[in-house]
Amino acid sequence: MLRAGPPRKRRAANSLFCYWNHNFRGLKNVADFEIPALKEYPVIPLIQVGSMAHSKPFVAKPDHQDAVGFPHELVDNWEEKAVKKLGELVQGSRALQVFLDACVKCGACTDKCHYYLGTSDPKNMPVARQDLLRQVYRRYYTFAGKYFPWLVGARDMDKEVLDDWYSYFHQCSQCRRCSVFCPYGIDTAEISMAAREVMDSVGLGQKYCNEILGKVYTIGNNLGLPEPALRNTLEGLEEEVKEDTGVDVRFPLDEKGADVLLVTPSADFFAEPHVDGLIGYGKVFHQAGISWTMSSYASEAGNFSMFIGSGANLKKTTRRIREAALDLGVKRLVVGECGHAWRVAYSFWNTLIGPFDFLDPKYPAPQHICEVTHDLIQRGALTLDKEANDHRIITFHDSCNVARASRMGNMPGGQFVIPREIIKSVANHFHDMAPDTIHESTYCCGGGGGLLTDDLIELRIKGALPRVEALKQVVDEHGVNFMAAICAICKSQFTKVIPYYDFPMEMIGSLHQLVSSAIQLKTKE
Amino acid sequence: MSALTITYALLFYAATAILAIGVFRKIFIYARTPAPLLIPTTPAPTTATGVVWRMFKEVTVFESLFKSNKWIWIFGWMFHLALFLVLLRHLRYFTEPVWTVVALVQPYGKYAAFAMVAGLLGLWARRFVVDRVRYITNLSDHLMLLLLLAIGVSGILMKFGIVGIVDPAHTDIVAVKAFFLGLMYFDWQPLPADTVLVIHLTLVAVLMIVFPVSKLLHAPGVFFSPSRNQVDSAREKRHVAGWTAAETPGSK
Repeated sequence: MLRAGPPRKRRAANSLFCYWNHNFRGLKNVADFEIPALKEYPVIPLIQVGSMAHSKPFVAKPDHQDAVGFPHELVDNWEEKAVKKLGELVQGSRALQVFLDACVKCGACTDKCHYYLGTSDPKNMPVARQDLLRQVYRRYYTFAGKYFPWLVGARDMDKEVLDDWYSYFHQCSQCRRCSVFCPYGIDTAEISMAAREVMDSVGLGQKYCNEILGKVYTIGNNLGLPEPALRNTLEGLEEEVKEDTGVDVRFPLDEKGADVLLVTPSADFFAEPHVDGLIGYGKVFHQAGISWTMSSYASEAGNFSMFIGSGANLKKTTRRIREAALDLGVKRLVVGECGHAWRVAYSFWNTLIGPFDFLDPKYPAPQHICEVTHDLIQRGALTLDKEANDHRIITFHDSCNVARASRMGNMPGGQFVIPREIIKSVANHFHDMAPDTIHESTYCCGGGGGLLTDDLIELRIKGALPRVEALKQVVDEHGVNFMAAICAICKSQFTKVIPYYDFPMEMIGSLHQLVSSAIQLKTKE
Repeated sequence: MSALTITYALLFYAATAILAIGVFRKIFIYARTPAPLLIPTTPAPTTATGVVWRMFKEVTVFESLFKSNKWIWIFGWMFHLALFLVLLRHLRYFTEPVWTVVALVQPYGKYAAFAMVAGLLGLWARRFVVDRVRYITNLSDHLMLLLLLAIGVSGILMKFGIVGIVDPAHTDIVAVKAFFLGLMYFDWQPLPADTVLVIHLTLVAVLMIVFPVSKLLHAPGVFFSPSRNQVDSAREKRHVAGWTAAETPGSK
């Protein structure tokens, strides 16, 4: 169903932005880098040494560092302390132990990273990125590196190494594509998390991640949206849906005794196209008659602690969710559309804040919103009109951390099946992108892992290249005009960067935006 | 007892000890180090049996590598399979009577050496030809290939080499076998003083010694890789280890 009626304020502001984006994209010509050309078929570029050495995110300021418990600036003897910290991390992680030893430099991963494919910088090849850390580990902690550093490429921790670390460990979105293709499953994400933790511990933090974590601690979410503003926003949404559909769909906040606590990325609260997804969740809960609430205390599903590899911060951030769930007395935990957030929720919550013995054992804890919706569709609990999406020719972007670091449903690969089943239940026109760019081989959007910041815009644009090439193919072949995603970062990243490749930003949307369009609320009133 | 025999007897005792202790130590470290979070690369098996199957495919047919790059897979798999046959064949020097499986493998094991050398040459060529692989190659990577290649070629020379070029006659393999059985039963027997044999054995001893301090650790390492050996059961079964087990989670 298309929304009728006059544009509301939110929409007006948004379309103004689109207008700006479409008409003043001359900007890209004055940018000091070239937008990569889209090729007919993927080409592995020749290496260009140092082509992205200049890419560095803003450094965290002392108050950002305070919030996450790290030193204000580079400490005295930082070289020694960094080496010591690295040793501690390796001792505490079997993954690091194995990954740092096992690599044989076979080269299988060298053409698998979207940042390498988009930038041609050899240090963006997963093995070369790992080697930035491995060279230091070898120098101080292995026989060969201690006595024959020249033989195995080991080197001392110094300022040059640190500069490389800061640059290139902030060119990894921790998407795990390399780990799929490595014969030993070496996961560069683990290495870059460790490197960021080492840098933080000696006083070199990244502003974007650490500032955002501070907001979670003081306000409750990444966007720094305080409770009154959040309540106001949700009331606005209720009015908007009422205006659109004539139905009172509720978006409850802090309601004790609700069955479901929905934890969703805070982008869902107001940014386009995220909010259309939130409207979709609300309509699903409404029609299924499920009582639900969100929490102002735990109003963030995204968890940047993982990006910076900080166990202490992971514990601290996730604890808020357990506290909120107990406080509100809910029976189920449901997580909104978000990739890295779903990884943390699915893979880590039970470890960090479990056991969930206070929740209803009939439901998985936590549950993905797509699992909830899919289950309801299977049971015939939703009335859906596929034709409402007939103006859309849809493709689906598998978000990296959903695809390679989590699951949906009860079978391996359910995370690929369930979202596609939902789309096919709510729309008539669906086309997948090329097989080697979806499912477990999906390309990252280019903005994950704490890189979704404007100081890294060149990296983000170039890193999106492989995904945009695959998108272009289905646009050319099938006339695709809508790419659904289930991750706040993917949605933000794509709306920002695809205009540089001459695609309109409106073609990016939430999966639950499609559900929202198709769901017929009045039928079950 | 010649000086050669004594030297090589001691060399092989030392090499065996270094290999065994070094690899065992590493395995012990891998096993003891906690895996605080569940990080299987998904889709991953949801049962332990499924993980065994996943790992079996990884170590027998190099499934991930096959998905990744057909050239590396062809050369790498050819080399490893051939090496496996060659090692099996060499068991005849350490067993009396020779095991049936070893006897059966013998006809293939002989020629597997050529496949092994071909695979190594392919892998080495990539280190020069492919710019990305050239970039990540260290001197040690070249030397490791050179070492393996020299072991393979010296072995081939003994088996198929034209007699008279380096050594005057075929290596007396009965005596070689007596030497190794003698080492195992602490009843030393003389080692034939053939040039190629001595080179072959020296290189093998070097390989055994560097094994525990080199990238050859990928062999035991792959079994401990959390992204491959963990069961995808995060929601069903609570997992804690290391820092995640350090303190009880915050509850009210």
